[in-house]
Amino acid sequence: MNNGNMLLAAPEFWVLIMACVILIVDLFLSKERRGIIHMLAMLTLVFAAIITARGDYGTGGLASETAFNGSFIRDSMGDVLKLFSYLILGLVYIYSKFCLRQFRMFRADFYTLSLFALLGVMLLISANSLVTIYLGLELISLSSYALVAYDRDSKMGSEAAMKYFVLGSMASGMLLYGMSMIYGATGTLDLQQIAAAVSELGSDNYLLIFGLVFLVVGLAFKLGVVPFHMWIPDVYQGAPVATTLFIASVPKMAAFAMAFRLLQTGLSDLQHDWSQMISILVVLSIILGNLAAIAQTNIKRMLAYSTISHMGFVLMGLLPGTASGFGAGMFYVIVYSMMSAAAFGMIILLSARGVEADKIDDFKGLNQRNSWYAAVMAMVMFSMAGVPVFVGFFAKWLVIKAALDAGLFWLAIVAVVFSVVGAFYYLRIVKLMYFDEPVSEAEIDAPVDFRAAISLNGIMMLGLGIFSSSLIAICMASFGA
Amino acid sequence: MLTLTHFLTLGALLFSLSVAGIFLNRKNVIILLMCIELMLLAVNMNFVAFSRFLGNLDGQVFVFFILTVAAAEAAIGLAILVVLFRNRQTINVTELDDLKG
Repeated sequence: MNNGNMLLAAPEFWVLIMACVILIVDLFLSKERRGIIHMLAMLTLVFAAIITARGDYGTGGLASETAFNGSFIRDSMGDVLKLFSYLILGLVYIYSKFCLRQFRMFRADFYTLSLFALLGVMLLISANSLVTIYLGLELISLSSYALVAYDRDSKMGSEAAMKYFVLGSMASGMLLYGMSMIYGATGTLDLQQIAAAVSELGSDNYLLIFGLVFLVVGLAFKLGVVPFHMWIPDVYQGAPVATTLFIASVPKMAAFAMAFRLLQTGLSDLQHDWSQMISILVVLSIILGNLAAIAQTNIKRMLAYSTISHMGFVLMGLLPGTASGFGAGMFYVIVYSMMSAAAFGMIILLSARGVEADKIDDFKGLNQRNSWYAAVMAMVMFSMAGVPVFVGFFAKWLVIKAALDAGLFWLAIVAVVFSVVGAFYYLRIVKLMYFDEPVSEAEIDAPVDFRAAISLNGIMMLGLGIFSSSLIAICMASFGA
Repeated sequence: MLTLTHFLTLGALLFSLSVAGIFLNRKNVIILLMCIELMLLAVNMNFVAFSRFLGNLDGQVFVFFILTVAAAEAAIGLAILVVLFRNRQTINVTELDDLKG
């Protein structure tokens, strides 16, 4: 029995303890002093980042180490993804504090639920056995269901929560069914041992292939790629914008890590089989996501369809099964999380007292109301569209390059063509902001931390683009590419 | 003599029954919740059967985790159901159609 070094999971312990502390502290706080909860949550993230960054585990460097009898793994991919999760969750907290205050929903529940979801994200990123993958996934899902129904009096919110719950639980069921088949074929739950058993069994074992199909379906549901995307637009639109902001950013990184751990660490010998299934998902997502987004008038819904196409790109990085492909996928998912945090942050900024600015028309004439915020939104949109110099371009470029290196020319052509189609609806927002007359003349006002965060987030789109090589190098190094 | 195949067939039947229930049911959200529970139980059946016939305990440990999570899931599902009913005065699946596009 080798439990390894339990301190490897120190960041997880810290987040768990702090989530419980916040839950209890809230009981003793009066309504006016709830700001303390926000400070505590930010403190949690800062210290979690310090604990993770110290990372003095093992012999240092790239070595990965396992704990808890091999069900938990700590490696450099996990550490990088966790650090970005803290950063982006910090942005989410700053944006949503302003939003929740305006909608009179500033309660500690949002913070505790999202911290538990963060714990799930961290667990999933570091998962090394089917049990940890399942538990991490459910921790994220259950917290997200509750967060979607956060506005208790909203008809749309409760409908979205119900749809999310039913489809999400079904996806978990599918994933579990696949896991049970894999377990049956290999006789173990540990991913490394599964990999060893699979290479012994060979890739034409029916039980394994059968399990793999269910696994990929479950994974596709959770990532939200076509044809398992039905819940994404409804949930994004129906949930309060603070929740949408959260769901659209941090858990995506965990979904990427889950796909990597399951498909590459566990089932890399079946790469030929899963890359075929995934290529269909990728093509459909990129096509349908970009086409459907054009028709939307609700910006939350539009961004939901854009998420679907972005997730297609992330999967495209996984598809070739090469180290540089995984690095590209990881870079893409980190960049995507930042872009979507900034985009939803802008929606929050424009939301006046109690009314969400979720119509595309709400962005009309933003340049005349405030030219800096218009510039921030323009940078985010350029980045999402993949205009060169902005960071989104490098993300798309790397992923497409990985596909080309693997000889998937038709896939690269589809991706490029539909990126151009997608540019239409992103640039339409830029056109509305700069060339149309504003609908409302209300002044845009926000607390100083909000303004600083959104400005930083917008500048990152450009800054990370110009200095993209260091982040790309970090992502590539995580996979030894 | 019961073999692994019998148990797997039972698991597959229960699983298909629950998937069919989720897609065919157009009346009542509570039936959806029941189907989800059934789905998880079908998976448990598979795990226990494999565990028994492989002579490996890992699968049974996993079943405990699934049971626990299923309980939490049911609690959250019913809580959302209560909120849904309070806001809409109906739990008919076909009437959940505000979000479209």
